[in-house]
Amino acid sequence: MEDKKKKIKIPRQSMREQDPQVRSKNFDEVPLGYTEEEAILEASRCLHCKKPFCVAGCPVDIDIPGFIRLISEKDFIGAARKIKETNSLPAVCGRVCPQENQCEEVCVLGKKGDPVAIGRLERFVADYERTAGDILIPEISLKTGKRIAVVGSGPAGLTIAGDLVKLGHDVTIFEGLHKAGGVLIYGIPEFRLPKDIVDAEVEYLEKLGAEIVTNTVVGRGKTVDDLLEEGYDAVFLGVGAGAPVFMNIPGENLSGIYSANEYLTRSNLMKAYRFPEYDTPIARGKNVGVIGGGNVTMDSARTALRLGAENVYVIYRRTEVEMPARIEEVHHAKEEGVQFKLLTNPVEYIGDDNGWVKGAKCIRMELGEPDDSGRRRPVPIKDSEFVIDVDMVVVAIGTMANPVIPVTTPGLETNRRGYIVTKDETGETSREGIYAGGDIVTGSATVILAMGAAKKAARAIDEYLKNK
Amino acid sequence: MNEIINRVFLSENVIRMVVSAPEIAAKRKAGQFVVLMTDEKGERIPLTIVEDDKKKGTITIIFQIVGKTTTDLAGMKEGDSLFSVVGPLGHPTEIENFGTSVCIGGGVGIGVVYPIAAALRETGNEVISIIGARTKDILILEEEMRSVSDELLVATDDGSYGYHGFVSDVLKNVIDSGKTIDRVFAVGPVPMMRVLAEVTRPFHIKTIVSLNPIMVDATGMCGACRVSVGGETKLACVDGPEFDGHEVDFDLLMTRLRMYCDQEKAAMDASRCRCNGR
Repeated sequence: MEDKKKKIKIPRQSMREQDPQVRSKNFDEVPLGYTEEEAILEASRCLHCKKPFCVAGCPVDIDIPGFIRLISEKDFIGAARKIKETNSLPAVCGRVCPQENQCEEVCVLGKKGDPVAIGRLERFVADYERTAGDILIPEISLKTGKRIAVVGSGPAGLTIAGDLVKLGHDVTIFEGLHKAGGVLIYGIPEFRLPKDIVDAEVEYLEKLGAEIVTNTVVGRGKTVDDLLEEGYDAVFLGVGAGAPVFMNIPGENLSGIYSANEYLTRSNLMKAYRFPEYDTPIARGKNVGVIGGGNVTMDSARTALRLGAENVYVIYRRTEVEMPARIEEVHHAKEEGVQFKLLTNPVEYIGDDNGWVKGAKCIRMELGEPDDSGRRRPVPIKDSEFVIDVDMVVVAIGTMANPVIPVTTPGLETNRRGYIVTKDETGETSREGIYAGGDIVTGSATVILAMGAAKKAARAIDEYLKNK
Repeated sequence: MNEIINRVFLSENVIRMVVSAPEIAAKRKAGQFVVLMTDEKGERIPLTIVEDDKKKGTITIIFQIVGKTTTDLAGMKEGDSLFSVVGPLGHPTEIENFGTSVCIGGGVGIGVVYPIAAALRETGNEVISIIGARTKDILILEEEMRSVSDELLVATDDGSYGYHGFVSDVLKNVIDSGKTIDRVFAVGPVPMMRVLAEVTRPFHIKTIVSLNPIMVDATGMCGACRVSVGGETKLACVDGPEFDGHEVDFDLLMTRLRMYCDQEKAAMDASRCRCNGR
């Protein structure tokens, strides 16, 4: 009891960050991570509940109290391995998981104070293991001789490949781009998820024995049926919700207007922020409007700042309360100087004589009755239009299903919005031997949910192959 | 690895390259393209597949030196390997026996229209081809085009070879001669395609153009290549690259092609860039 009281008195350890003034001019990672002392102190806050709610809150069932205990015993490598029993991408998840809605939300300490910083601890041990270079490659006991094709190398693809290889199957990942990692590489910026970390995860997977084939757009050259004919016993589709969504308002095709996908792909995958060292160019707007209110909106806005913008406006039709972005992301964006134009929605873009955007005509909004999402519906206020001067715009209002796979895979059932229909717990699609998971099933969601779906599909595929 | 098997300069700044790419060669159809990178720091650029050799597992591309990437590419030699090649991308050309088809290529666009003409001829079309260039020395693929055409007409802007004038003038002459034309395929600089679409519009001859906007991933993910066709926004990489020329907003295409003009100039001391329209 005494011990518990003492524990409760220890404050949640904050994580050092780059100064906002400095970091808004560079692409280095913003949070700097815990020191060993900070990690041990933070780990000592865990109450080791008999019924750990945190584990139930984790989509990939990490033994959270288990790895935290190992940290407090200074066995950092052991802690990393404990996490890796169920989560193959801890360095990624420690950075980009919305812990505040998952493990940390249900942490008992959070009822009266601050929850244990589970995400920061996860990040700490993963980084420790990687920096130490002490990566354990588990021995794979028995080869099953079964071959599985994984389409897409994002969070779902990497996760299922790891799980299936460990079960003794032969796995080949097909990636459309020239570099593996999916959204972790092209979508999430360096300052939030350094690409070295993703590369290390991909390398680990290759060491485990997964084969990665880049530059292969399944559905264009090879189809899913081609893969089955080539002798793959099962196919997993983890292709993401990769198609851009535009608002279809006048002027949206003016030069200087990007989808978030394009803007971030140029900057992150093609390293346009290092132009001309890298060949791919990117517009560097002085006054940049970023449309939307999600994490991708924040990523785009913060990228624009780093590319030298004087003013970056997040233009969002609801209020901050309804923003789907993580609080931390909004907070970081504000600290760096991103300006928020809330209850504001673009209705038209105005171009200059060269066809380049020079203004976003917006309308003011107010909140009306709740809609299907439970959030209050934004309603335009009549005659309230005004123009925001911008010379660059990023449309970051979400993504949708890319139809390339569904239209080239006969019999693969999709829903009204083009997402693949699956049996919830297994990822089974309407076609035998074809499984799916991640954003191509759920629509745009999080890294960890895609990973959770992939883990379930891995078990289902393993079962299926046993009985085949 | 995608090794360069053969490199030939067709003119001072137009190059034909044969590249090893067995899986692409096996699947590729007329009208489709690849996206390639010369090295890890390079840009992803789309190039139409001109020919394939399924036995040897090679594809042929033809490109003009217009900027840094194409300069780098032109500098690569036989035995060198490209960093990446992905394809075939885009929809294949809709090929059937239309009757009489006119295939028009301008400049390096002749390389794109050549496989289309070949496929049309094979399907039984009467193929009339019109190819043009600024001057005789830079006219490419004349013999190849002749071999897949029932009739080949040549135009040069300066009159150094064939008809003195533009391919659009030649097309007008063919139409005026009373010849029934069932379909026109036109590939070349944007202004050329725009003019050709205007030539055929009054006669309601369906005119297919192949568009070459800026692309990044070329799998329908980024939207860089959006074009306006019949008032609707389309992605050239997955909805195209071929569209009905009577429906295309060529002004928008030109504007968007100029988007990185300044930066391309900065990256490249070369005198010409693709900002000129192609």
